[in-house]
Amino acid sequence: MERKLTCIVCPLGCELVVTIEDNNVIKVCGNTCKRGEVYAKNECTCPKRTVTSTAMCDNGSLVSVKTDSPIPKEKIYECMQIINSVTVKLPVAVGDIIVKDVFGSNIVATQNRS
Amino acid sequence: MRDLVIIGGGPAGMSAAITARESGIQDILILERDGQLGGILQQCIHNGFGLHKFGEELTGPEYAWKYEKKVKELGIEYKLNTMVLDITKDRVITATNSSDGIFELKAKAIILAMGCRERSKGALNIAGTRPAGIYSAGTAQKYVNTMGYLPGKNVVILGSGDIGLIMARRMTLEGAKVRAVCEIMSYSGGLARNIEQCLNDFDIPLKLEHTVVEIHGKERLEGVTIAKVDKNRKPILDTCEYIPCDTLLLSVGLIPENELSKKADVDISSITNGAIVDQDRQTSCEGIFACGNVLHVHDLVDFVSQEAELAGKAAAEYIKQGKKQTIEIAIKTDGKIRYTVPQVITDSKDVTLFFRVSDIYKNAKICVSDGDKQILSKHRPKLAPGEMESITLKGEQICGAKELYLSLEVQ
Repeated sequence: MERKLTCIVCPLGCELVVTIEDNNVIKVCGNTCKRGEVYAKNECTCPKRTVTSTAMCDNGSLVSVKTDSPIPKEKIYECMQIINSVTVKLPVAVGDIIVKDVFGSNIVATQNRS
Repeated sequence: MRDLVIIGGGPAGMSAAITARESGIQDILILERDGQLGGILQQCIHNGFGLHKFGEELTGPEYAWKYEKKVKELGIEYKLNTMVLDITKDRVITATNSSDGIFELKAKAIILAMGCRERSKGALNIAGTRPAGIYSAGTAQKYVNTMGYLPGKNVVILGSGDIGLIMARRMTLEGAKVRAVCEIMSYSGGLARNIEQCLNDFDIPLKLEHTVVEIHGKERLEGVTIAKVDKNRKPILDTCEYIPCDTLLLSVGLIPENELSKKADVDISSITNGAIVDQDRQTSCEGIFACGNVLHVHDLVDFVSQEAELAGKAAAEYIKQGKKQTIEIAIKTDGKIRYTVPQVITDSKDVTLFFRVSDIYKNAKICVSDGDKQILSKHRPKLAPGEMESITLKGEQICGAKELYLSLEVQ
């Protein structure tokens, strides 16, 4: 079976053609870099996404956050619920962990707020 | 008298300042109208920035922080909450803030780095009423990402530029329902990856060759009528469809913000809406440089930073040595290629021309010629208006040329 994908790893957006046999990716075409091949394999087995959002700070302001690695795509909404339920204690700096162990990733701050 | 004043503390302004400092200019001042450095990056909380520049995927605020940190480490002076009101041709800047009042500065060199603005609904002429609930995508982005307000719950997006696509996902994640993204062209102006991860991931329909023909609602938006367009982009009336919604986001293009440049009498290109510049990003006014989205709208912030490095280095040289123009080569294009930056070459060193095409072209050859003499040709499998292209000419290739002509041969 062949599956067509658009690579989302970088702004190039390569058109990938993935050959799948018995639920295994056996060939990836159309990618211009190795990351494209990794993306194609993940996308056909366990698609993942980095989630970016904002969290509320204890003074009512917002700080931007992200998962520090991609999480399974079907967990995006659960991840959003977790982000929306926390209150961040100020001050906070870029890279500070806001929530640990969220679907194999950490929620980290991407802005400084004091 | 200041050596270098930079208008705007976004990615272009910060990058230019850092390069100018590294090129030996001590006296640098950045004027920024917002309360923090970083410009529009502070509200672009999604990731995808910095792959070219840093080899990693950063969010907008993280990308800005890399530069802000450097600005602070180098001790580059900046004034926040400071609005520049006027610039003159002889480089006198009038600015204001709440602690200094209105003040004037004279600079040896100025770098314009004011960025761009979104095209507004007024520029689109949609029929119907004018209720609340219609925002530019960037305004909605500011509300959601920096102020914590969700502008609405049922959303239609007109235009498939990247900001519109990003906001489709962002509004969805925060609990809104995005009914459709309408794009008048037969292709999206946004990146393919954004179609995939912002629309397809959330089953948001992208309606190509569709536009909004009427706005409904008195106090608050109640719905929009959309229709398919024909090949002349005129709505086909029997395809009209009513979509109830409380919010319409417009993502219909960006325009360089050049009010200040015009006050200084800088020559502006009617195609890019930015200054006409040479390879050093020097404008028609001596000592005034421009870089980033105020010059022409870029696809990626990484390219903005790169361009600002050119301007920062050139401004530093200008401050130290004055103007040193040796030649003047105008660059013309054939229409398939809409514009180039720079538009003129004043030095016979290697130069990279950045350009955009007017339509999608496949299997095309980019040709550069000087009169009848072809200097260079490069094959490209695909060119699209949404993707800035570039071609590099060697100093010896342009030596002696009077006028360069860029054309596209399509097979």
